[in-house]
This record gives sequence, structure tokens and C-alpha cells, in this order.
Amino acid sequence: MAAANEPPERHGPDGPGGPARPAGPPPADARDVRDGGPGDAVPGARDREADDGVRIGKDVRIGKDGRAGEDGRDGAEQRPAVLSVRGLTKRFPGVLALDGVDFTARAGEVHALVGENGAGKSTLIKVLTGVYRPDEGELSYRGEPASFATPLAAQQAGISTIYQEVNLIPLMSVARNLLLGREPRRRGGLIDFGRMHRESERMLLDYGVRVDVRRPLAELGVGAQQMVALARAVSAAGRTDVVVMDEPTSSLEPREVETLFGVIGRLRADGVAVVYVSHRLDELYAVCDAVTVLRDGRLVHTGPLAGLDRLRLVSLMLGREMGEVRAEGLTKFTGDHGTGEEPVLRAEGLTRRHELHDVSLEVRPGEVVGLGGLLGSGRTETAKAIAGALPLGAGRVTVAGAPVRTGSTPAAIRAGISLLPEDRKSEGIVPGLSVRENIALAALPRMSRYGLVSEARIDAVVETFVSRLRIKAASPHQKVGELSGGNQQKVLLARWLAMQPKVLLLDEPTRGIDVGAKAEVQKLVDELAEDGLGVLLISSDVEELIEGSDRVVVLRDGAVVGELTGDDVTEDRLMEAIAAAAEPGTAPAPAPGAAGAKAAGHG
Amino acid sequence: MADLTLRRALPADRERVLRWLQEYGVYLGVALLLLVNIAFTPHFLSAENFRTQAVQVAPVVIVALGMALAIGSEGVDLSVGSVMALSTSLVALYMGYGPWIALIVAVVGGAAVGLVNGSLIAFIGVQPIVATLALMVGARGLALVLLPQLEDIRDPGMATLGSGEFAGVPYVVLIAAALALVVAFVVRRTTFGRQLLAIGDSRPAAKLAGLPVRRVLIVVYVVCGVLAAVAGFLATARLSASDPTSLGNLMELSAITAVVVGGTPLTGGRVRIGGTVAGAVLIQLLTATLIKHDLEPSWTQIAQAVVIILAVYAARERGKR
Repeated sequence: MAAANEPPERHGPDGPGGPARPAGPPPADARDVRDGGPGDAVPGARDREADDGVRIGKDVRIGKDGRAGEDGRDGAEQRPAVLSVRGLTKRFPGVLALDGVDFTARAGEVHALVGENGAGKSTLIKVLTGVYRPDEGELSYRGEPASFATPLAAQQAGISTIYQEVNLIPLMSVARNLLLGREPRRRGGLIDFGRMHRESERMLLDYGVRVDVRRPLAELGVGAQQMVALARAVSAAGRTDVVVMDEPTSSLEPREVETLFGVIGRLRADGVAVVYVSHRLDELYAVCDAVTVLRDGRLVHTGPLAGLDRLRLVSLMLGREMGEVRAEGLTKFTGDHGTGEEPVLRAEGLTRRHELHDVSLEVRPGEVVGLGGLLGSGRTETAKAIAGALPLGAGRVTVAGAPVRTGSTPAAIRAGISLLPEDRKSEGIVPGLSVRENIALAALPRMSRYGLVSEARIDAVVETFVSRLRIKAASPHQKVGELSGGNQQKVLLARWLAMQPKVLLLDEPTRGIDVGAKAEVQKLVDELAEDGLGVLLISSDVEELIEGSDRVVVLRDGAVVGELTGDDVTEDRLMEAIAAAAEPGTAPAPAPGAAGAKAAGHG
Repeated sequence: MADLTLRRALPADRERVLRWLQEYGVYLGVALLLLVNIAFTPHFLSAENFRTQAVQVAPVVIVALGMALAIGSEGVDLSVGSVMALSTSLVALYMGYGPWIALIVAVVGGAAVGLVNGSLIAFIGVQPIVATLALMVGARGLALVLLPQLEDIRDPGMATLGSGEFAGVPYVVLIAAALALVVAFVVRRTTFGRQLLAIGDSRPAAKLAGLPVRRVLIVVYVVCGVLAAVAGFLATARLSASDPTSLGNLMELSAITAVVVGGTPLTGGRVRIGGTVAGAVLIQLLTATLIKHDLEPSWTQIAQAVVIILAVYAARERGKR
């Protein structure tokens, strides 16, 4: 087991890349390494450099080269292929989702699977895990041809999957969730709760989760729930050869991300093949050994990740030339907007038990105000409160000087406030309705007379926005649920723009959408601000937040703890504001908090 | 590789067939039953027979229209049968003021039940199946308190409505057809209809889009109650009697069957009025066919069960993709 021996040897030379190579099971180790790493002392500084990507790439490469020295490049190639597909083709009505794709997952290797939305990543994963059956192509597992009739068959064969959304039973205890269906029993068939609790505690400790396993699962954070799901999947299979992770970090806290990376390191050390899907480049370079890039259902690139710099990777994903990407920068924001004098939105003293404490902020017309802070700092709650979607204990909201009744979405919308919610799939789109109906949804009363819908008016509005926002759909009558994430987000933008809002609240507008669509959404936000809209922008992507915002209000634990204006709107200052805001007990120096924020922040 | 199940890829054709079946299977079923009956049932092809079938199915269609709206909003209304009973009691009590007044009172009664249903669901957040179950029990109880035993209705106007016809088509059938057209129009062309579908498909998204979720839900259940009350009124006219003990018994199940067999998914977000009407007709024809061929009524129920299972299977297989 050469693979199993590697990590400890890599551990030393890794240095700053430490968190990427957590060797042993205790994730605390990983954190220590990171904390000690000199390169992380001023993480913002590193990021400010123009050649940011390359340098991070170099850090990682040191680690890879170390390994290459032991194994040799060929050695890496010789790792046994566990799961591979050749010439995989999958069609859906009207769509060729995968077109002759080859993919190989090797034991002890973390393999990144990247591409824009609609590239075919999800389809490939679903074929690998038995959800879909391929139309053409060979699937081979442990060296033999295979075909999984159901996800269960794949799971039993040793392929575990964890998704963004956790599929567990929220009201059952953690232990029961973990061992559901194979609880330890006493004689007579009764569940042996004592043993069940001890076993599950031990299992979870391996994943860096220390919780009371008797509590309902719902009380755990999303990250811990994901760990429970992973522990369950891995242990249920008896023997796990492949773990597929589909955007596992999208709703994790920075600390939880590090725990996850620790677990990934352990899986790799155990010789498990990990397939890792993420939109966050930092993460890919932190944990992945190899990368496969898909575009429009075709294989574009596959090979080791080391030596492939960020710009090259982005250009492979986008299918554009390097110069172009570089010229356009990593985000589409131009940054500064001329701002009017009188605030178009003023929120004062927003207060809600346990969630918001006296939050006040202003947005002027033509201004993009960023809302910074870690996950759970009250950003989403602030936006929802302003949009009337959360009842408030106290607080006032005014739009262009006129007070708005709080706690009422229709009242906020009438006043000109529009919210693009964080959870696009369950709170944004209406999946079963067409693109057209989704765009028209909020503005229906305006496009009707005596309660009768005017089809002509809807057509006009839909046509305008489909072309202005470049929404890609087979036809306006296609179901929104069938579109890619980026196009869904554009449909939602169109829905709100049709309302001619004065204030746009954007909660993670580019999360989970591909690089190309992300750039387009960013450009749109810019244009809208230039047209005089007031924009409140929430983003976990620090780069996006900084480049997009004219001003950043920083939140912590539901309260405003700082504001960055003018030249202070930099990643550095934001890190400092967030780091300074972190609990003194958990962050001895600004570095770990800030580093963590960055790790989780890049999209 | 004993633990791997080897199986050939699912043919894409099957998917297409199932999709087609869910969309149009109900029409196919009606057509098949008609052909079978024309071929094998004596005296089937007579105007009189068609008239009987249509008159019998009309109340089911009217109730099922409301049910389709409730199911489209991701709910259900179990109280419709009891509302029919309440309606017939009120009709008997107020017939002294003339059929029009009786109709208005019955409709107001149905609307009131719907208002309670809708308020429980929209404001208090009670699950539709629970809220309407309560009213299902309560409304029939109230109907029996108002009119403890069967009462004959002797009103010439009611008699005409119950057995009269226009151009060979019974009034009852014309009314059901007109109501179906109105409801189909409402679903397709009004803001209410669009909002109803959005709410049924994704309630959180509809809420955040500023839709008047509560108002729409209340209107849905009020409409459902009103349609059941009208069905009760028409049934009373046809029977020339008011019998709150038995009128509308199991009507909620017939209505749900019509909706489901008609291809409206129970998960909300779609309302198929044409399918619902066809679903009611399909069940009616099926029952008639078996009865005419001298099979026990229990066989009818078994046949209905098979049709429901087929409908749900087609919907499920499609949803799986």
C-alpha cells in the first residue's frame, strides 16, 4: 500500500500547503499545521498579489513534487484504476449530456471534476453512482466491466456519495441516523442503545465530529450533518473504494471545511479514490491530485493538477484563451459607481431574537453595498428582514424616504425591494413552471387586467429579458427546473427586473453557478447599479464582494461590527474586520480565522 | 461481482411511452371502453344510455373540478361529500323561499365550510388532509342536525332542473360542462390560476415572490366548497329528495380518483381540467360496463382500484427519471 504510506512523508515538505495534506485522522493536526505555516500569517497579502493563482499553485506543487520524487510521475500513473469509464455517452430528450467521455478514478487519489454548469459533471457522477444508466460506453469497476442498476447497488459495491443536500432523517438522533437499518441488537431483537451510542461516537470521532449522538440530527450544523452522512455511507458499504463528493463545501463553515479536508486526507491515505466536485479553485488546489475538465458534455482535459496553473484551468473550463481571461480579470465587476446622495434604502435597528441585533445600514442609488461576514453572521437574515420575509422584533425600513411595513413580502415588493434568495432551488425558482411563467410570476398582477392575464404583455417582457440577460433555454416554455444554475439565476433576476425595483438584495447571486454565468451575472449587477439601482450584495466569495462593492458592511453574530469605505474596501481590510470580529477564544491570531474565511470564500 | 446487478440500459422509449400515458392515457382509456361497449354491450349506442351516463357523472365532475384545484395547490379537500350533504339539508330547509334562495343559501353554506378549511390551512398551517377531515366529519354532522331524516322535495322548478333538458342534453350535464369550461379558463388565463400553480409547485418560492399565498389558498377551498354545494343542489333536484345521510358518501374519493386518473400529480403545481373530466367519465364507464355485464358491484371497486394504481404508476415512473 504505497498510497497509505505517503501522507506522513509528504507532511513535512508541504509547509504552507499543510491543510491540503492532513496526514492522520485527527483534523486538529491539520489545523495546527496551517496555523504554524508561515505563509498563512497574512493570507490576504498573498491573495492581493497579481500572480495569486500561480503562487498558490506553486505552494501546492512543492508538495506534489515531493511525492513525485518518491513515486515518480509514472508511479502516479501506475496507481490502480478503481473506477473508470470509456466513451461514456448519455442523452436526454433534446440534450446530449455526455459525449464520449473518459474518466478514471485511481486508488489513493483525489480527483477533481470541474466544468461550467451544463458541462456534464452531475450527469457523469450520476452514471458513476448508479442513478443514471449510460446510453453508450463502458463502465469498469475494480478492473471488471460493471453496471449499477440502482444507487443502492453502487453503494453496496463500495461507491459512496455525499451531496450538497444531506439525505438523512432530521428528527432522529445522530446515532440512529448513523446506524439506521443495522442497529446493534440485544438478544430478542431489541436495539442495544448503549452500544449504538458508543459505536457511533467512535465512528464520528474519526471524522472530527464530537457531538452528543443522542441529540436529534437537526440540531447539528450542516457540516456536521454532512460528516454524519459521509460516515454513514462509508461504514454502510463495509468496504469503500470510491467516495464521490458533489460540492461538499458549499454550505460549510471554514472550520468545517478543514475538518472535511482532514477526512479527505485520511480517505486518500486509506487508498480510497475520491472524486471531488467543486466550483472553488482554492479548494481544488488544496486537496486534489488530478483534475478532469468537462465542457459541453465533452472531455477537455485530464491529468495531474500540479503544474496546471489557475488561469489555464479557468480557461480550459471556459473554453476561452488565456489572454482574454486575464484581461477580464477574475470577476466582472468594475467596482466604482457614481452614487446619489439620498439613500434609496435605509434599514434602522433591525432586531430579531437570536438572529439580528440592531442592524442598520443604508444603500444609495447606484451604489453596491457589500454585506461581509462569515456564514451565520446574519447576512441572509438581514436581507430577508429587509425584504419582509422575516418578522422583526424591532426595526424600521424605508425606501426612498417612505416607510415600508416590515414582515410583509408583498409590502416590501410594492415599495420596490427585490430579493434574490440564497437558496435558489427551493426559495427562488418554481421548478415545474416554464421560464416564461417564472419570469412573469411576481409581476403577474401588473400584466393583468381584472385578474385576466395578458399573454401579449408577458411575451413582451419575457422576450426583453431573455435577450437582455442572455438566458439560454430551448424555448420560453421549457421548465426552469431543467436549466443550468446560472440560467436559473438569470430567470430570477429577470423576474425581479420586471418589477422595476429600486433596491436589489442579492444573496449569494453567483453561488453554485459556472464561471461563465458568474461573470455574466456580475456584469449585470454592475450595469444595474449604473442604471441607478441600489444593490445590497451578499457573497461568501471575498474577491467578488470586494471587487463588486463600493462599501462593505461587516456583520458578526447578527450585529454590525464594521464598515469599509473608499480605499479600505480591500480583501485585507475585510479579513481584518472579520478576523477582529472573531471570538477571541477561538482565534489566537488573526491568521486562522482569516485563512479559514478565504478557504471557504472562493467560489 | 456478485454484488453488482448487471442490467441493460433502460430504453428511452419506455420513458416516452410512460410520459404519453400520463398525459393522454385517460383519453385512451375512455376511447377503449367506448369501443369495447359498442362492440359487446347491447343497447349501448343509444341516446338514452348516453344521457343516463352523463347525468350520473355530472355531480362527480363538478366536485372533481374543485378537487383538482385543491390538489394543484398541493392540498386535498376531504370535506366535499359532507358539503354536498350540508347543501341538500339547506336546500330542503329553504325550499319554501323558492329554488333560487335555496341555491344561494346552499352555496353560502359550502363557501363557509371552504372558508374554515382554507383559514385552517392558510393561517394556522394545519395540513390540508387533517383540516378537511375535521370538516368532513363536522359538516355531515351539521347536515344531519339540520335535517334528521329524508325529505321529499316537491318543487316544479327543481323537477325541471333535475330531469329537463335542452336540445337533448340534460340541464345537469350542461351545467357541469359550463363549470368545467369556466374552471379551465380560470386556471389558464387568470392571475389566480397562475399563482395557484406556482404555490402548488413551490410554496417558499411563491411566498418570496410576494404572491398572496394565503388569499389564494383560501379561495381554492372556498371554490371547492361552492362547487360541492352546487353538486349537492343538482343531486337534490335530480332525486327530488333531500337525504343528508347518504348523499355525497365517498364522493371525496370519487373526486380524487377522477383527478388522479386524469393525470394531475398529487405533488401539486399542475391542474388538468380536461383530464379530470375524462377521469370521471372513465370511472363512470368502467362501472357501467361491469354492471351491464352482470358483474357484482364489488368487481367495480376492484376495477377502479386497478385503474388508480395504473394512473399512479405512470405518474411515478415518470417522476423517477
